[in-house]
Amino acid sequence: MISLQDLSAIADGLCPMHALVDASGRLQSVGPTLRKLRPDLDWEGKRFFRIFDLSRPRSARSIEDLIQTAGAKLHLQFRDAPQTSLKGVLVPLPEGQGALINLSFGISVLEAVRDYDLTSADFSPTDLTIEMLYLVEAKSAAMEASRQLNLRLQGAKIAAEEQAFTDTLTGLKNRRAMDHILGRLISRGTDFAVMHIDLDFFKAVNDTLGHAAGDAVLQNVAKVMVECTRQSDTVARVGGDEFVILLENVRQPKVLEALANRLIARMEEPVPFGGHLCKISASAGTTLSIWNKHPLKAADLVHQADVALYAAKHAGRSRHCFYHSGMEEEELAGQ
Amino acid sequence: MHGLINRAIQAFVASTYGEERWVTVMDLAGLGFTEFEAMLTYTDEQSEQMLAAMERVLERPLPEILEDLGTFLVSNPQVEALRRLLRFGGVNYVEFLHSLDDLPDRARLAVADLHLPPLELVEQAPGQFDLICQPGLPGYGSVMMGVLRAMGDDYGDLVILDHSGEKGDAEVISITLVESDFAEGRAFDLGAHSL
Repeated sequence: MISLQDLSAIADGLCPMHALVDASGRLQSVGPTLRKLRPDLDWEGKRFFRIFDLSRPRSARSIEDLIQTAGAKLHLQFRDAPQTSLKGVLVPLPEGQGALINLSFGISVLEAVRDYDLTSADFSPTDLTIEMLYLVEAKSAAMEASRQLNLRLQGAKIAAEEQAFTDTLTGLKNRRAMDHILGRLISRGTDFAVMHIDLDFFKAVNDTLGHAAGDAVLQNVAKVMVECTRQSDTVARVGGDEFVILLENVRQPKVLEALANRLIARMEEPVPFGGHLCKISASAGTTLSIWNKHPLKAADLVHQADVALYAAKHAGRSRHCFYHSGMEEEELAGQ
Repeated sequence: MHGLINRAIQAFVASTYGEERWVTVMDLAGLGFTEFEAMLTYTDEQSEQMLAAMERVLERPLPEILEDLGTFLVSNPQVEALRRLLRFGGVNYVEFLHSLDDLPDRARLAVADLHLPPLELVEQAPGQFDLICQPGLPGYGSVMMGVLRAMGDDYGDLVILDHSGEKGDAEVISITLVESDFAEGRAFDLGAHSL
């Protein structure tokens, strides 16, 4: 039979956060690490419940209750600040001599190590706390590196999107690309035409058959426009259902009129989607660079095509109009 | 080679020799970029091209540069996290040496796709060790020389190191611990890391 002193010495080596209590609930001895948490406290002889507040199991109020918990997980905390929470387990000593309670920090170990300035020597060599601290630091460092990478990638993605020249739904050029190419045509001094096309009845398709149907229509429209134009022309989707075609080396309104009519006719061909036929049409307005005085301004040309488009809309849709000077006033008067 | 390793080399060159020298190295390497990402993986060829370019630009033998890299990894405040992780290995230098057997596993716990070749510590006599660095990472032994030297200083121990050649494909570093507590080591506070 070993003495309590011997037991305490053994426990110091194996579980440096243990406490030995006698049958009256008074502390007989505590392990070196536990002592380090309250270095000024005179532990021996103090009541266990005076120092620790047992939060689980709640029913345990006396030392007898506590001993009944043998083997169960205990949740407790210091009564005074810092109220570090601890986990524990109790083993009764033979012949009603009291109990051996082993404590550990549980998840509060990160704060505890800082609050109490603990070192590796404060933990038993078999305790995995040091490995856990290692992992926490290693993972935080790795996560930080990943986070930095994600931030950089996100920045690069936004930059790439801003620089993109393609409309992802239709594969056509986007407004940015259109502006860019229009500027290039003007600076190169070639003759060209700007055709602005707006779909008619597209909203009805979207509203009645859904956005997927709308997308199918837009993709079909894009296909028609690419097929009806030359490689050297630029087809751009500049809004939800608005398109601009820039046609290089064009001086003949006749050619453009024919193209516009062909485009409108092809777009009016119903598009099958999910057992339905989607029917739309289009209006178009066109201006030519040769109708303008030099130096040309991109904004003027786009505006003229726009005015012509709205003339076509007001004239009953599904048709094409050319711009002519004074059209703005006529449109205003007509409204 | 893992981005962390490439990135460590970049940090070392940029902070020791200046950003411009690093850009010169990467221009010569001709990889099409100048910055390595720590969390991406690069081919061995890319890393080898970078190392060859570094040797030419810095005009020093590669093993010497890599040994300095090892010292940098432990002693430079920029990479304090790594020094701390190494210090978790033990409370004194000998314990730290023994923890090196676990280093590749520890590295993999931190970053799952970071594979370091195995290390094996053989105790020849009290205070006398051989560290066997298995092949798989060019210059591994040289970097470890620098790490071991700097960790000796970190613990405040006087250590003599010798790259004592090869054993099969492996590199062998012999370590002699001349004096423990030779100097004041650097403090290691378990809870110093801010979360």
